[in-house]
Amino acid sequence: MSDKPQALQSLHGRWDDLAPMVLLLVIGVAVMPLIGSLPTWATLTVAGLAMGMMLFIMASGLTLVFGLMDVLNLGHAAFVAVGAYVAATLAGPLSSLLKSETGAHAILGMALVALGAMVATALLGWVFEHLFIRPVYGNHLKQILITIGAMIIIEQLVLAFWGAQQMMLPLPEALRGSLRIGEVGIERYRLVAVALGLVLYFGLRVIFNHTRIGLLIRAGVENRDMVEAMGYRIHRVFVAVFVAGAALAGLGGAMWGFYREQFTAAIGTDLLVQLLIIVVIGGLGSVRGCFFGALLLALTQNYVNYLIPDLALVSNIGVMVAVLLWRPQGLYAPGR
Amino acid sequence: MSDHTSPLLRLQGVHTHIGEYHILQGVDFTVPRQGVTVLLGRNGAGKTTTLRTIIGLWHASQGRIELNGQDITALNTPDIARHGIAYVPEDMGVFANLTVQENMRLAAISGRINDSRLQWIFSLFPALERFWLRPGGTLSGGQKQMVAIARAIIEPRQLLLIDEPTKGLAPAIVQNLAEAFRALKANDTTILLVEQNFHFVRSLGDHVAVMDDGRIVHTGAMADLAADEQLQHELLGLQAAPQH
Repeated sequence: MSDKPQALQSLHGRWDDLAPMVLLLVIGVAVMPLIGSLPTWATLTVAGLAMGMMLFIMASGLTLVFGLMDVLNLGHAAFVAVGAYVAATLAGPLSSLLKSETGAHAILGMALVALGAMVATALLGWVFEHLFIRPVYGNHLKQILITIGAMIIIEQLVLAFWGAQQMMLPLPEALRGSLRIGEVGIERYRLVAVALGLVLYFGLRVIFNHTRIGLLIRAGVENRDMVEAMGYRIHRVFVAVFVAGAALAGLGGAMWGFYREQFTAAIGTDLLVQLLIIVVIGGLGSVRGCFFGALLLALTQNYVNYLIPDLALVSNIGVMVAVLLWRPQGLYAPGR
Repeated sequence: MSDHTSPLLRLQGVHTHIGEYHILQGVDFTVPRQGVTVLLGRNGAGKTTTLRTIIGLWHASQGRIELNGQDITALNTPDIARHGIAYVPEDMGVFANLTVQENMRLAAISGRINDSRLQWIFSLFPALERFWLRPGGTLSGGQKQMVAIARAIIEPRQLLLIDEPTKGLAPAIVQNLAEAFRALKANDTTILLVEQNFHFVRSLGDHVAVMDDGRIVHTGAMADLAADEQLQHELLGLQAAPQH
């Protein structure tokens, strides 16, 4: 192959990689004159980014499970709910840290609460995989039926264990309020969510691109048979990914719970359609696609809510249709 | 127990069902140590199923598969692979989103690539070095085949299972593959090669097994089959070369 087509191919590949990022920037810049006020635009944008990051945290596990294991786990929403409930439960004993006016104490309290939620949902994920997923590998219809059933069971167990009343998960005092940069006010908690989302995204990218387990996961997403034929017990990787995905959903549930401050057992199912849209538009199994898909969905939703409130309900579907018309397999290929 | 004269691989009465289809119907043959054993047969004869059954991607419903005298029939695929069997499927199985380097790193089960072995592989497939950092998905069919075979030999293996390596490739690439297989033979590697291109394997193969309808219908030395045009016609439907 000559150098010229190779250079063109490389340029094309680079554009493929950058296009979703450019799209986000173009949308952000294009709506600025429509909104008309820089502080309002900045507030809407940071809120959209924060929401997008929380959705990314919850959806990243779902996309890995879908892409790597070919498992349609509609019960993923139950992990979000359990994560939020466990976080609310742990917030009681850790209230001295959470109520502290020192930022570092509040963040430490939140980190412990989130860690507890992750451990609980990781354990739940391990049991869930053994009980519900293992018998239905390779059969999508059964997966849909059994995981919806499992989600209902878990929701009912949550209600039985914690009761039907609303759960409270107050935001730590130190993270309430806004930081003012000129005329722009940015809520502190949203900055925490953006920072956490970025750390998670880049952490996952490092794991995926620079570790042997990441290499195995990327290869397994593409061709499980070949990975097995090379001597790797891919099922163990599957289970580890499933458990990690459940833990991430638990982390997302805790973050979402702090954001909402009050919620019911439907906190996960309320988000399920959004999470599925993110997984589909991101490209099944693509962490990078999941990241940009979540940001695209949340930012668009925020801007549309502000500019044309009547269209708010259909903005998610509109984004999905537009992305799939542009890239029918999603923003990025599996494993990227 | 195995010795140097016993076959490396032995299939005895192997049956494989895929869904409701009974594909392998009592396959018996052996792969002697070192050299190339060629599995020939028309489309749908069961050659690919035989390789996939050996590596455990499909399980034998009946019969026995032995490697070095050890029963591997019921083992799962990773355990069979860890016994020293490498598999190059018909579609090559190159990971499109992984670079060539990553494809090779993954194939090295020990976790590290031996540098002198890598240099030997580069001597077999010099082009590999040029596209070392390119994603597998951007390679041509011939380049992918080189990656697939290089991956299979990145560490010493007891047996290579290679499925139709010349399919759809340009003659120059086929020539390169033939030279690489000769170098592997000289290196005492044992290869079980599925092929439809008889002209590619007639000078390369040492032993031959011919399949039809899920059974072995002929086994013997490749030299004997190569010398007998009547037998080639009977077994493979090949026409005798015109006499001048």
